[in-house]
Amino acid sequence: MSFYVASSPHHHLRRSTADLMRLVLIAMIPGILAQWYFFGWGVILQLALAIAVALASEALCLLARDRAPSSGLRDYTAVVTAALLAVSIPPLAPWWIIVIGTLFSIVVVKHLFGGVGQNIFNPAMAGYVLLLISFPVQMTSWLPPSSLTELPGLWDSILVFLFGFTGEGFSLEQIRRVESGTLLDAIVMATPLDHIKTELAQGFTLSEAKSAPIFSGAAGMGWQWVNAAYLLGGLFLIQQRVITWHIPGALLGSLGLFALIGALIAPDHLPNVDIHLLSGATMLAAFFIATDPVSAATSTRGKLVYAGLIGVLIYVIRTWGGYPDAVAFAVLLANLCVPVIDQYTRPTVYGHREERS
Amino acid sequence: MSSSASVNSNTVQLWSFPGGIHPPERKAPANETPIRRFPIAPELIVPLRQHIGALGELVVQVGDYVRKGQALTQPGIEHGLPVHAPTSGIIVEIGDFPLNHPSAMRGPGIRLRADGDDLWIDRHPLPNYQSSTRLQVLEHLHQYGIAGLGGAGFPTARKIASANGIDVLIINGVECEPYIAADDRLMREHADAIVRGTEALQWLTQAKRVVIAIEDNKPEAITAMQSAAQNATSSVIEVVVIPTKYPSGGERQLIQILTGKQVPAQGLPLDIGVLMHNTGTAFAVSRALEKGEPLIERVVTLTGEALATPCTAWVPLGTPVAYLLEQAGFTPERDQRVIMGGPMMGFTLPHLQVPVIKTTNCILAPTRTELPAAGPEMPCIRCGACADVCPASLLPQQLYWFAKSKDYDGLKTHHLPDCIECGACAYVCPSEIPLVQYYRQAKAEMREQAIEHQKAEIARQRFEARQARLEREKQERLERHRKAAEAREAALAAREQNTPAASEGDNDPVKAALARVKAKKAAAEGATTSSASSKDDQVAAAVARAKARKAAREAENQTSNTPAKPSAQNDAPRVEKPVSNKDQVAAAVARAKARKAARDAEKDKDS
Repeated sequence: MSFYVASSPHHHLRRSTADLMRLVLIAMIPGILAQWYFFGWGVILQLALAIAVALASEALCLLARDRAPSSGLRDYTAVVTAALLAVSIPPLAPWWIIVIGTLFSIVVVKHLFGGVGQNIFNPAMAGYVLLLISFPVQMTSWLPPSSLTELPGLWDSILVFLFGFTGEGFSLEQIRRVESGTLLDAIVMATPLDHIKTELAQGFTLSEAKSAPIFSGAAGMGWQWVNAAYLLGGLFLIQQRVITWHIPGALLGSLGLFALIGALIAPDHLPNVDIHLLSGATMLAAFFIATDPVSAATSTRGKLVYAGLIGVLIYVIRTWGGYPDAVAFAVLLANLCVPVIDQYTRPTVYGHREERS
Repeated sequence: MSSSASVNSNTVQLWSFPGGIHPPERKAPANETPIRRFPIAPELIVPLRQHIGALGELVVQVGDYVRKGQALTQPGIEHGLPVHAPTSGIIVEIGDFPLNHPSAMRGPGIRLRADGDDLWIDRHPLPNYQSSTRLQVLEHLHQYGIAGLGGAGFPTARKIASANGIDVLIINGVECEPYIAADDRLMREHADAIVRGTEALQWLTQAKRVVIAIEDNKPEAITAMQSAAQNATSSVIEVVVIPTKYPSGGERQLIQILTGKQVPAQGLPLDIGVLMHNTGTAFAVSRALEKGEPLIERVVTLTGEALATPCTAWVPLGTPVAYLLEQAGFTPERDQRVIMGGPMMGFTLPHLQVPVIKTTNCILAPTRTELPAAGPEMPCIRCGACADVCPASLLPQQLYWFAKSKDYDGLKTHHLPDCIECGACAYVCPSEIPLVQYYRQAKAEMREQAIEHQKAEIARQRFEARQARLEREKQERLERHRKAAEAREAALAAREQNTPAASEGDNDPVKAALARVKAKKAAAEGATTSSASSKDDQVAAAVARAKARKAAREAENQTSNTPAKPSAQNDAPRVEKPVSNKDQVAAAVARAKARKAARDAEKDKDS
């Protein structure tokens, strides 16, 4: 009889790309729940539509590229991209926002560059930046957290999401204003980072800016808990060995370090470490976005450099840039640097110590 | 017996190597029962090449009766390692047999029909080897066919021969690959013999330090070896326990763990004063010295869930794999894999008619549920898991891209040749990319390319040598032609002295000038000659000069009736009288004679 011939090794760690992606999605659940709790049903609607669009466009792209759609869909990479984009955009942004963003992420950023493993840029972040630049109003219309207002219910959320108006005929702008309680500070309900940026630009001090009701906690009501939830999910990923500590550690470390230096130099004009680490998309970026293996650096040293660079860029853009948050720009800029980082952080191969020293 | 051997491994400093993996060990159940001994197979195939290095010279023929341990080959002109009859019986065939090779390649071998008596030949042990010379002991080991039982099967004597006065001798009992339990069982049951073999190796190498390294997943083996080392006469032997991690047993990795040093790329452990032998080799050395038994059997692990009774067994070299598996209760499933070696680095056998050789430590027959076949290859997601586990600090994913695009320069700058093919990268790859296969293929292609390159280089050198020769010949030819042309020119000049030049008055001044230069040169030659210091030379030169002058004068007189002038050539253009052919010839002859005489004089002076 003849025997099956195979190449060594004959044993494999039975953990596929799909398993890894599934774990990433599981790890996102606490963060998504926190977002749902503080900002309402919008995030769920965005997620559902984004995943549907991502799977459909992924399948079409695979067909167009003469690949079997089944294998491509089963690896969950498109779902992860869709989920990252969906949690990044304002919960009640109109439906076509997420559709355009997801299509761009999957079709242009991922498949036009060669599909899984070939994209230079993080697809979700490239999609986010496209949306932010093209539709700045919709992309900055965040809701106030639930503790400051009564959020629209599921049905009203769906109506706003699809048609822009609740059942009673309120627009998104009206929800953001009217429902924010007292009329005085409800002119526009900004995110904590946005709020600080605006206030500081107007000459207020940090403590004055932080006296707004949105800062009832450490780093902004709602947001700090969302960040904490993503931190929890991220720690789960490290525990499951889906990611290593290097990227989140270096990102949070460099961002925290710069925030600390800034706070020491100008304590009343630059946000402190806690605000930087627990506001905006910091934790999502550190554990879920920067860790995208495809667009990150590969060697351990390279990962440290890459994530450290993202941390610095986040700080620089948040502090001196035109946008309140900076994760997407920072990640894309660092993506651009990856080939250079990879080139100069190659580990010394066994037996070649002498040559390097 | 002294008990001074240091056995407390905790005091020894250990280093670590980057990467590595922890696959399921699965040493049990094969390592749970004593080493078994099956009845001898009815027919054995002894490949003449069982190891790296030259083949021995065949010393038996078909029909010969051989006894167990009888040499079938002898170290010949290339000093190849001999192989021996694993049992007594009749040689029924000498020819090409399927080899122990992934491609089912065939090679020269001997088919031996066992007679079942298992009769030994006269054995000549060398128990008091210390009283022999080092060379005699090495020759003994070589004659007894001792080769490395761990890796590539390099002839032990040759490995030791160049290793006198090393710093560290490492006995590798790490056995880091899953399933394999041959060394484990051997250490448990024959610790004393291993230590005695180790002592012999220490004596041969004069190593300052001897380390027996064992992974901490073999506690029984560690205990056995420690107590054996305690009873040893040599006090430099330490048993060192190292943490379990694959591939700690790789030569280069183990050296790094134990010494913190790295073997230079393309170098040998000897370059940093280290020599490594397998525990099985140490055992074989002690057997060859104490009992005079050549290397004709080894411990083989028979394991995998397709076997009813996984075990380790003493197997005569040459026993067919099919026979062994049968003994262990083999029930193959559909698409059964039979792996020679472990699950990480072993290779699948296309059929089972291959023999066990000196380097066969394991035959693994897993079921599909036990070791599922690799799934389809998915795209690389650059996760870098492979780089994290690479013990050589390579970047496997980069190598993969280079290998796929056949970028051999990229492969070289990323040090593909330093890949030890341990399989850790492919083991962790979430996309199930058969990375090692890519590397092996790329390495083979690079080797091929190097051979092609070498061939091209030789061809180029040959071509250039030929071009140089042609050029040289051309120059020589040109030189000959030039000389001939000169001679002709001279003859022409001589003729023209006597030729009326009126018709070509324009050209004549040039020729005259040329002639004048020549004359001056000749005169100068004469002058040089006369300046020679030796009297004889001076005389000879004077005679030659006189002769030359006379000859010239004669020629002048013969060819023209005008009175001789101080220099014949000076007046040549003015000679108007036609001369006869005969006269011209005579003049040329005379001039040639004059030149020759001048040259002779020159030569005399030189010599």
